[in-house]
Amino acid sequence: MPYPPALVAPMREEMISMGARELATVAEVDAALGDQKGTMLVFVNSVCGCAAGNARPALRFALQHGVRPQQVVTVFAGQDVDATARARQYFADYQPSSPSIALLRDGEVVHFVHRHQIEGRPPQDVAADLAAAFDRHFAVTV
Amino acid sequence: MTGHVFHPGHQELHGVTVVVETRGSRTYVGRFHSQDEEGVHLHDVGVHETSAEGTSKQEFLRRCDRFGIRAELRDLLVPTSEVTSISRLVDAVR
Repeated sequence: MPYPPALVAPMREEMISMGARELATVAEVDAALGDQKGTMLVFVNSVCGCAAGNARPALRFALQHGVRPQQVVTVFAGQDVDATARARQYFADYQPSSPSIALLRDGEVVHFVHRHQIEGRPPQDVAADLAAAFDRHFAVTV
Repeated sequence: MTGHVFHPGHQELHGVTVVVETRGSRTYVGRFHSQDEEGVHLHDVGVHETSAEGTSKQEFLRRCDRFGIRAELRDLLVPTSEVTSISRLVDAVR
């Protein structure tokens, strides 16, 4: 059962404040992920403080890195249920967990961070791994 | 909302994805809820059964790490008498 909107509003706001676009409906997910071009980070947000409490600050750190995705979008697991289920169809090779992070390039998942790779780790460490993934998959080669 | 925790006061592994090894042929990977006199309580649990033909336990753990845990059981209690070790998945695949 979803938490009261007022309770999760700060968690949504935390993502929006770092430039993420929230996808709250299936149509919004399809518009963003269907025929996706370029580079994109999809954050599956979560209420769970055990991992999401580290994941959001980690993303904020990582997005300050020189190489970053062209677009950052987010769905909220347990809150926007249909939108989250649809987003997960775009990375169906990976079992659902939240929070989690998918990096996409031209519609292909090039890197995936599961919840268990976030739990109990300082945000700076998760951010460093993400920044390395940005360099590996999103850096422009000339 | 940084570090916001809705369930303070739980055990250190609460919410962490762990590997529970048992005296039998089964290994469980799931989200630790708690441990008490009854045993270890897990959520969203993947199960590996050691057999001659199947995937090795280490390969199973590697797949869990890479692709996530395919939850076969929503909730599970592993009895204390069965548990031989509990470790974080990230440590088990290192």
